[in-house]
Amino acid sequence: MKKVLVFVLMAMFALAGTARAETLKLLTWKGYAPQQVIDAFEKETGIKVEVTFSNNEEMIAKLRATRGAGFDLAQPSQDRISSVQEKYNLYQPMDYAKIDAKLFIPSMLDAVKKNTLVGGKSYAAPFCWGTSGLVVNSDKAAGADSWKALIDPTYKGRVSYRLKRPTLIAMGFALGYDPFALYKDPKAYKEMLDKIADTLIAAKPIVKNYWANGDSLIESMRSGEVFVAMAWDAGGWKLNADNKAIDFKAPKEGALGWIDTFAIPAKAENVAAAYKWINFIMKPENAGYFSSQEKCATASPDALKYTDKAVAANFARSFPQATIDNIKWYPPVPAQLESMEGKVLDKIKAAE
Amino acid sequence: MPRSRLVFWLFFAPVLLWLLLLIVLPHLDLLTMSFRGENDYGEMGWTLQNYRNFFTEPVYWLTFVRTALYALITTFITFLLAMPVAFYISKLARSRVRGALMILLLLPFWVSELVRVYGWMILLRESGVLNFVMLKLGLIDKPVEMLYNDAAMIMGLVYTSMLFMIVPLVSVMESLDDSLIEAAHDLGAGKIAIWRTIILPHCKPGITSGAIVVFMLALGNYLTPNLMGGKNSLWFTEQIYNQFIASFNWNQGSAFGFLLLALSSLIIWAGLKLTGQRLGEVAS
Repeated sequence: MKKVLVFVLMAMFALAGTARAETLKLLTWKGYAPQQVIDAFEKETGIKVEVTFSNNEEMIAKLRATRGAGFDLAQPSQDRISSVQEKYNLYQPMDYAKIDAKLFIPSMLDAVKKNTLVGGKSYAAPFCWGTSGLVVNSDKAAGADSWKALIDPTYKGRVSYRLKRPTLIAMGFALGYDPFALYKDPKAYKEMLDKIADTLIAAKPIVKNYWANGDSLIESMRSGEVFVAMAWDAGGWKLNADNKAIDFKAPKEGALGWIDTFAIPAKAENVAAAYKWINFIMKPENAGYFSSQEKCATASPDALKYTDKAVAANFARSFPQATIDNIKWYPPVPAQLESMEGKVLDKIKAAE
Repeated sequence: MPRSRLVFWLFFAPVLLWLLLLIVLPHLDLLTMSFRGENDYGEMGWTLQNYRNFFTEPVYWLTFVRTALYALITTFITFLLAMPVAFYISKLARSRVRGALMILLLLPFWVSELVRVYGWMILLRESGVLNFVMLKLGLIDKPVEMLYNDAAMIMGLVYTSMLFMIVPLVSVMESLDDSLIEAAHDLGAGKIAIWRTIILPHCKPGITSGAIVVFMLALGNYLTPNLMGGKNSLWFTEQIYNQFIASFNWNQGSAFGFLLLALSSLIIWAGLKLTGQRLGEVAS
């Protein structure tokens, strides 16, 4: 019995010892915390980084389950913060004095502050941005330049998209609506959703499958099974590096622009480490390295100097100034729209 | 015997705590959640609306009917395939071969379901292995898409649940005395009569327990329908996931969860009644 007791006590001390080493628990997207940056961060600050990969919906669900505990820093998209903050109180206000404003593009920082404003306080700072648009195999589908290509019978069986809210928004633009303007008017938004549902159900023979993860989409584009897809710009550029015929194309209705952010969960244990991480990864050399790795632009003004030339060329090729001006940035989503959209998505998937 | 009882509780306490804290309490939380909902003014209150939605919205109950039907088909196909395999392993194979065969059956389960499903996808896809071979052999002149349809999905489900049918069947068949079959044969019974009057009745408990496990596994599966099923394959579990994750409607999601539990129990109860069995017999 004594031996057992001694063993238990020793085990407890051992555990206590490991718990003392400082950690930063990061809840983020795949690829947002490159190993090299993590290693450099650990070396500089001595803080261990534990990364959990997720997406917008699961981030919210995870934080909601624990009422904002379990993670020190999360990286949701800017449009998905204010409504869940109002309803579930998942995050704590960002202390902008603790982040180095020089490391951010001022207009982007201001936009995110404005879009995450709840009760007079802002909750996030920008990290990176990108767009959803078309990825087109121009050998097989040279003419695809609009969201309408996704429902075009010419490409029957050669189209792929996700069955998620961005697709609904894109279809809204394709059908001539302005979904973002309808955010304020749930009734008109519902009418638009019904129209979109009819369109997408009628277009079911045209779509090959609803892709669920980026790697599988890249595989079906690369193997020539899919000619036109709705996807993120970075995915298109990854394909372009192997096959020049495939590239990202902003549709003429305007690509959909998102900004992923830094937000600190309400019950974060190590807030100081969270700010350290923000200021560390936003340094131009780290942000630039991230851009080269993930082919994704950041909110750092000087990162492009440290980005691979080939990756910087992607931005220049796909985003001439007129295209950038035409990007439709997601405004904050009002809460009740998401359950409406969920129902419509179920209806589309269930239809034969 | 106070000492032995103390030891019993000492060993039992972790299990009890585990069950209570990680299984019973969360389920109770979900159950209360399923009876709560927002009224028109956005205030939370007690309501049956979440359950009513299931019956009034055709999308929801039709999805459940579809899921249950496909799970039944899967169970039946699995049974048809497992029966001869189990018979071969328990009766015909030599004992050394028998061990090897069981290991062959178990082998695929050493990797996760996700890996197995991706394996099937690599085989079946339009630019996949099977198409490549058939093109090279000249059997077809244009690649055929074999993924993303109901047949592929059912095949995937059957594949992932084979083992859970074969194992109980092998164990009941091993207890079947060979001399019964021999006697029937000597007395002039045909193959069909032997199967119908001797082997099947003897295997009934094994068939039932295998069928229950396979049915529940197929009904509760999420990965296979989602990845192999394609664009028309809304599975009921996916609907629960969507309610929790995409719509943030945990109340509706937990109501669906409990409906799945209740309705699948009902189906199993009906199945037992129809075949005139009791759960106690099957479990023993």
